[in-house]
Amino acid sequence: MAREVSKRRKAITTAAAGCVGFLMFFPILWIAILSLKSEGDAIRGPLEILSSNWTLESYGAVQERSNYLKHFTNSVAISFGSTFLGMLVAIPAAWAMAFVPGRRTKDVLMWMLSTKMLPPVGVLIPLYLIFRDTGLLDTRTGLVLVMMLINLPIMVWMLYTYFKEVPGEILEAARMDGATLRKELFYVLTPMALPGMASTVLLVIILAWNEAFWTLNLTAVKAAPLTAFIASYSSPEGLFYAKLSAASIVAIAPILLLGWISQKQLVRGLTFGAVK
Amino acid sequence: MATQHSRAAARLMISPAVILLLCWMLVPLGMTLYFSFLRYNLLMPGTESWNGWTNYYYFLTDPSFTDAIINTLLLVGGVLAITVVGGVLFALLLDQPMWGQGLIRVLVIAPFFVMPTVSALVWKNMFMNPVNGIFAHLANALGVAPLDFFARIPLASIIWIVSWQWLPFATLILLTSLQSLDQEQLEAAEMDGANWLRRFRFVMIPHLARPVTVVILIQTIFLLSIFAEILVTTNGGPGTATTNLTYLIYVQSLLQFDVGAGSAGGVIAIILANIVAIFLMRMIGKNLDA
Repeated sequence: MAREVSKRRKAITTAAAGCVGFLMFFPILWIAILSLKSEGDAIRGPLEILSSNWTLESYGAVQERSNYLKHFTNSVAISFGSTFLGMLVAIPAAWAMAFVPGRRTKDVLMWMLSTKMLPPVGVLIPLYLIFRDTGLLDTRTGLVLVMMLINLPIMVWMLYTYFKEVPGEILEAARMDGATLRKELFYVLTPMALPGMASTVLLVIILAWNEAFWTLNLTAVKAAPLTAFIASYSSPEGLFYAKLSAASIVAIAPILLLGWISQKQLVRGLTFGAVK
Repeated sequence: MATQHSRAAARLMISPAVILLLCWMLVPLGMTLYFSFLRYNLLMPGTESWNGWTNYYYFLTDPSFTDAIINTLLLVGGVLAITVVGGVLFALLLDQPMWGQGLIRVLVIAPFFVMPTVSALVWKNMFMNPVNGIFAHLANALGVAPLDFFARIPLASIIWIVSWQWLPFATLILLTSLQSLDQEQLEAAEMDGANWLRRFRFVMIPHLARPVTVVILIQTIFLLSIFAEILVTTNGGPGTATTNLTYLIYVQSLLQFDVGAGSAGGVIAIILANIVAIFLMRMIGKNLDA
C-alpha cells in the first residue's frame, strides 16, 4: 500500500533530485553542446558559448584528422568479438553448474571470481612480453582474447544466477513428457533464459567498450579502440575543445544507450549476485 | 536427477572455461613471480641473471614506492568516502516519491558509462583548465583568481574525477537495495511511533550495511587499479604527486624497461589486492549458500 504523499513534498523532492541529476549529467551535456560549436567559440565563457552559432564541423574534422571510423570499428570488433567468444564458453559452463551441480560447483565458481580480483598490473609484463613474442601486440585478435578472459568470470557468474532462477520442475516436466535433451534446451530452457543472456551480453559489451588498462598498454595505432584514441588528445595541439567534445560524444553515445537499457541488470552483474 | 552420464557431460561443458581461466591466471602469474627474482632489463637483452630478493629490496626502499602507497591509499580512501556518503544520500533522495523518477535516475547513473579516458580529459580541459575551463570562468565572474587544479591539487582533482565516475555505481546499488526494503517494515515502525530519524537509524541503516560493504569492497578492487585517468591527465606528476602503485609499476616496467623491479611491484600489488579480495569473496560466498 503506497502512502499518501502531499503534492508539495513531492514537488520539493522532484526539484532536489532534478538538481542532483542535472549536476551529475552536466559534464556530458556540456561536451554535447561544445561539440556543436566552432573551435574559436568553444573556449569562450559559458554564456558566450551558449549564444554562439551551432555547427557540425567538429564531427567532420575528427573523422578527417584521425580516421575516427577505424577506431570505432576496432572498439566494435573488440567488444562484440570478445563478448561473443566468451558467451560460447560461458553458456555451457554456467548451464552445467546451474542444472547439474556437483560437490565442487561452488568452489569452481568462487575460484573463477577470484581470478577477477587479480590486479591487471600484476600480469602486465608477462602479457606484454607474450604479446610481443607472438605478434599479438597492437592486434584486434590479441585484445579480443584479453577482453574475453577478463570478462569470462562475470559472464559465467551472471548466467549462473539467471539459470538458477529457472525452476527445475519445468525441466523435469518436459523430461516426463518425453523431451530429449536437445528439445529441452531449445524449447524450454532457451526461451526462459534468453532475457538473462541478453542482459549479460549487454553488460559485458559495456565493460569491454570502456576497458582502458589493456587497451592503452597493448595497442598503438592499428588496433587502438576509442579509449586509446581519445587518450591521444591528452597532448593538445592548438584549439581542440570542440574536436575533443565531438570525438567523446561519438565514443560514449552508443554505450550510454546500452547502459540505460540494462541498468537493472548492471547491479546484479557488477556485484556478482550479492545485491539484486 | 543427475546421472553418471550427465555428470560427465557437465564436466565437459565446464572444462573450457576452467582451462582458459587457469591458463590466464597461472601462466602470467608464474612469469611475474619468476621475473621478480631476475635481473632483467628489456634494453639489455640476454643479460638476465638470478637476482634473489634484490628487486623487492630495491622496489620497497625506493622513495617513490612510499609515495605511491600513500597516494594509492588517499585515492582509494577519498573516492570511497565521497561515493559512499554521496551514494547513500542520493539513494535516499531518489527513493522518495517524485515525478519523472525514471528520467532523473538515468541522468544520475550516466557518468558510469563514460569511458575513463573521456571523463578524465573532459574534466581536465573543459572544467579544470585554469584559463578556458568552466571553473576558471566561474572564478573570474566571482572575482577570485582561478585555481590551477592539476598543478596545485593534482591528487584531489583526480579523486574528484574518479568519484564522478563511481558515484553512480554506489547510488545504483544502494537504491536497488533500498527498493527491496520491505515497505511494511517501515510502516510498522512508523505506526509504533518511530519518527523519520529513528526509522532511518534502526531500519534503513541495518538494511544498508550489507550493500554498503559490497560497494566498498568492489570499488576498492577497481580503484586499486586506477590507471587511465592518471595517464591522460598528469602522467603521475608533478613529481610523484599522483603516482599510484599501478602507475608506478607501469613506469618501472614499460617506460624504464626494468622487468625485474616491475614484476616485484606486481607481486606486491597482487598481495595487497588479495587482502581486500578475501573479505569480498567471503561475503559473496555466504550469499551463494542462501
